[in-house]
Amino acid sequence: MNVWQFMSQNRTEVLELTLEHLWLVGVSMALAVLIGIPLGILITRWPKLNKPVLGGANIIQTVPSLALFGFLLPVPWIGERADRLAILALTLYALLPLIRNTYTGIRGDDRAVVEAGRGMGMTDRQLLSQVELPLALGVIIAGVRVATVISVGLATIAAAIGAGGLGEFIFRGLAMVSNQLILVGAIPAAALAMLADVSLGWLEKRLAPH
Amino acid sequence: MDDSGSHDSAIEFRNVSYRLDGGRELLSQLNLQILRGETLVLLGRSGSGKTTTLKLINHLLAPSEGEIRVEGRSTTTEWDVIRLRRMIGYVIQDVGLFPHFTVERNVALVPKIEKWPAERIQRRVRELLHLVGLDSQIASRYPRELSGGQRQRVGVARALAADPPILLMDEPFGALDPITRAELQREFLSLQNRLQKTVVFVTHDMREALLLGTRIALIEAGRLVALNTPEEFLNSKDPLVVAYVDAFRTDLKTSDKRGNS
Repeated sequence: MNVWQFMSQNRTEVLELTLEHLWLVGVSMALAVLIGIPLGILITRWPKLNKPVLGGANIIQTVPSLALFGFLLPVPWIGERADRLAILALTLYALLPLIRNTYTGIRGDDRAVVEAGRGMGMTDRQLLSQVELPLALGVIIAGVRVATVISVGLATIAAAIGAGGLGEFIFRGLAMVSNQLILVGAIPAAALAMLADVSLGWLEKRLAPH
Repeated sequence: MDDSGSHDSAIEFRNVSYRLDGGRELLSQLNLQILRGETLVLLGRSGSGKTTTLKLINHLLAPSEGEIRVEGRSTTTEWDVIRLRRMIGYVIQDVGLFPHFTVERNVALVPKIEKWPAERIQRRVRELLHLVGLDSQIASRYPRELSGGQRQRVGVARALAADPPILLMDEPFGALDPITRAELQREFLSLQNRLQKTVVFVTHDMREALLLGTRIALIEAGRLVALNTPEEFLNSKDPLVVAYVDAFRTDLKTSDKRGNS
């Protein structure tokens, strides 16, 4: 039986696991955006926090993903359910590109523009919302894009702790030494990653300042 | 210090020094009164402390020592910084127009954050574009679609938008080609004749200083070394001023000779 036959015969399960995969990535990316972008903004305001915040996010990224799942297991509430655990881990991994791109995006804004705004009496909040963030938006979206693509791939590992997603097929395929079954998980995962890359790439271009 | 004299001075520096965190002094013991309605030119070479002086006025930099009084009030203790900056127009060499705003939104910046009603803002923008010699059709364009001269005119219009009594200009024409620069200098003169703002103008170009200044303050290595009218400046015996004027004259002679050969 080839890959396509298997997929069409088991399309409900393929669809279900794809949706589950999307859910894991979607929720964790939303959380990462909500945490990472404000943190990135924060360290442009308090440069002293720059090293600890970026350093911390960097260290998280160096922890092997399976080990991270293990470390998070004893955390109350989170450790109780596999999907919570997977979402937290994916969120943590996504933080670094988000914080870093927000920070470098804002720092990379034309200094003359920011200084003109400040010199004319814009408050810090006005400067941030009307000038600094809009000008840095392209770079920030680029961070979201990188984080999302990584996250789609990483989410396959969530199946190892029973959180579901397309990794289910991959792990089943590994256990049964069936390349076809691995591909049933890998092909939709790759397609999702490409879709995220292309659509966020388009958004990045649209939102980049003139 | 005598307070009675500060009546007609719009800006006053009292023993102002500015040091970087590392301790390097960029400006030392500056005492200077800038009179209402005059164009005071801060003249000096790059790194002499002219821009530092300017940024101390709108409190983009805070003095390490001494105080600056704007309209009789201390910028450090008596002014709300945001209010202070909104009554001071600011024009810089790199213009600093917001690339993601149209010309109209750029010019309308201060009126908008001051929450003027929309029709008033629109009227004001047309008026200002006309004032700086720009076609009102330009209002919907983005800065990248303008020439350098047009951009700097928009920069001036933006600084004048909320009709501030004080205008700070940091080498505003420095990046322009000589012909456009001369044109904008002439227009600045006629504009200033009509508007009578208190202008502090930074330049390293003595020709520009002589042309535009009511008074010229020569700044050298963080110190105010001479304060003269343009006529006094040209006839000064002060060695530092003479050195500056001589350099300028040599420059003129050289270009004369080349022109005649």
